[in-house]
Amino acid sequence: MSGGDVSIIGAGLSRFGRQPGVSGREMAVQAIHAALADAGLTWPDVQVAFGGSDGAGLADTLVAELGLTGIPFTNVKNGCATGGSALVAAVNAIRSGAAEIALAVGFDKHPRGAFDPRPEDWGLPVGYGEAGLMVTTQFFAVKIARYLREHDLPASLLATIAAKAYRNGALNPNAWRREPMTEEQVAGAAMVNDPLTQYMFCSPGEGGAAVVVATPAVAKRLGARAVKLLAVAPRTRAFGTFEVFSPAIQGEGTPTSVSTVAARAAFEMAGVAPADIDVAQLQDTESGAELMHLAETGFCAHGEQEKWIAEGATEIGGRLPVNTDGGCIANGEPIGASGLRQVHEIVTQLRGEAGARQVPGNPRLGFTHVYGAPGISACAVLEA
Amino acid sequence: MTVETTVPEAPVLRGSRCADCGNVAFPEAAGCQRCGGTALSPLDLARRGTVWAHTVQRFAPKSPPYVPPAGGFAPFAVGYVELPDGVRVEAVLDAIDIDDPAELTGAVVTLVATEPVPRFATRQHQEAGR
Ligand SMILES: [Zn+2]
Repeated sequence: MSGGDVSIIGAGLSRFGRQPGVSGREMAVQAIHAALADAGLTWPDVQVAFGGSDGAGLADTLVAELGLTGIPFTNVKNGCATGGSALVAAVNAIRSGAAEIALAVGFDKHPRGAFDPRPEDWGLPVGYGEAGLMVTTQFFAVKIARYLREHDLPASLLATIAAKAYRNGALNPNAWRREPMTEEQVAGAAMVNDPLTQYMFCSPGEGGAAVVVATPAVAKRLGARAVKLLAVAPRTRAFGTFEVFSPAIQGEGTPTSVSTVAARAAFEMAGVAPADIDVAQLQDTESGAELMHLAETGFCAHGEQEKWIAEGATEIGGRLPVNTDGGCIANGEPIGASGLRQVHEIVTQLRGEAGARQVPGNPRLGFTHVYGAPGISACAVLEA
Repeated sequence: MTVETTVPEAPVLRGSRCADCGNVAFPEAAGCQRCGGTALSPLDLARRGTVWAHTVQRFAPKSPPYVPPAGGFAPFAVGYVELPDGVRVEAVLDAIDIDDPAELTGAVVTLVATEPVPRFATRQHQEAGR
């Protein structure tokens, strides 16, 4: 993908967090209207659309509320990468010349304590459910426990990272969790799976996010506050990774990471290096994930995170502000929406419209990263 | 009440090895994740390994599917055991003290059950059970 040939001309969100009586589909429609208004467009201007949710319905049925314009609308169902995959499809529609204006939407509305995986859906014997091993949080805990030990990192970093998420969330009017929480509160919360406490995890949540992409010519014609999409790279895992619900980790040595592969591809396509990035969104299903993803995506060396975090490098105002909107921890995790929420935040930051949480110094390059089961990642590089 | 008169056979985990690249899988696989090969032969995995990483399940998982033990839920250790065959197997880990990192971290553990999931025990746990 050569630089500059696809522009993001609109990005919109619904509210995030619990919204009794509001369906996931309604949140999707709100996000779409917000993204269209942001671009100065209306629904009939959209020529092709892609979208999905993990458990809140089919995106193509949204046309009943949006207007029956007859455009192709494709459903995407790709777990945590649903939003990212919808964006890739929209970008490809622009690049191929099939459309000049395309839309990607992701949404979800998970009940409290959602994520009820059945072993048979994951190709596992039923015994894994009986024995209490179909628990996603165990995976994150085992992975970070190994990582901290291997790289001689203190577990206290996990509370530091979570406290940053709540602090940033407090600055974000659209965040679900807006109460700052101290490191002591995070570290002292109920232990879920050692070393991860309750407040280090994101919760299944609610929300919708939409992004409108277009050719640079359309962006120019509209006079839109366009942000260039320099690269977007989705990948599935290669051999030797460590993923949730794995009866075994195959291969020897340190597990590889799909995030590393996707990030490297995105940087290569964009022709920029991690050190060039001014603001980043990294998947923070729990605070250990942000810690590991900092290195997996190439921003620092493995083990260097302690120094980075001590220096405040990932704070708003630091060398590389990470999850400036509070990330998944403060916004919750509506699976289908999270990837596009990340893109929305980077677009907002690169336009200088992030208000109280604005990264100073006119950030020019932004990065987004999603990661999810069963070993998928999508990374994007955006330029103001 | 009946008395067990025969020594029960030692439990063993059945995996597979790829004839083309030698990659070892658990459970027994139909295709090789590393090379895509389909010539796989069954392999009985080593019964002893070291704890690669572990955590503790502090809350009762959701039932169903979780079936708590007769005495009710108690926190248990779970993690991956690195076997000399070249594969790390997920397992419940029996220890005298699941909160004692010295007993579990990097510990040598022995397979004690294969159902409903693999279960390994520390040396201390095995000695205490004797
Ligand atoms: Zn093979």
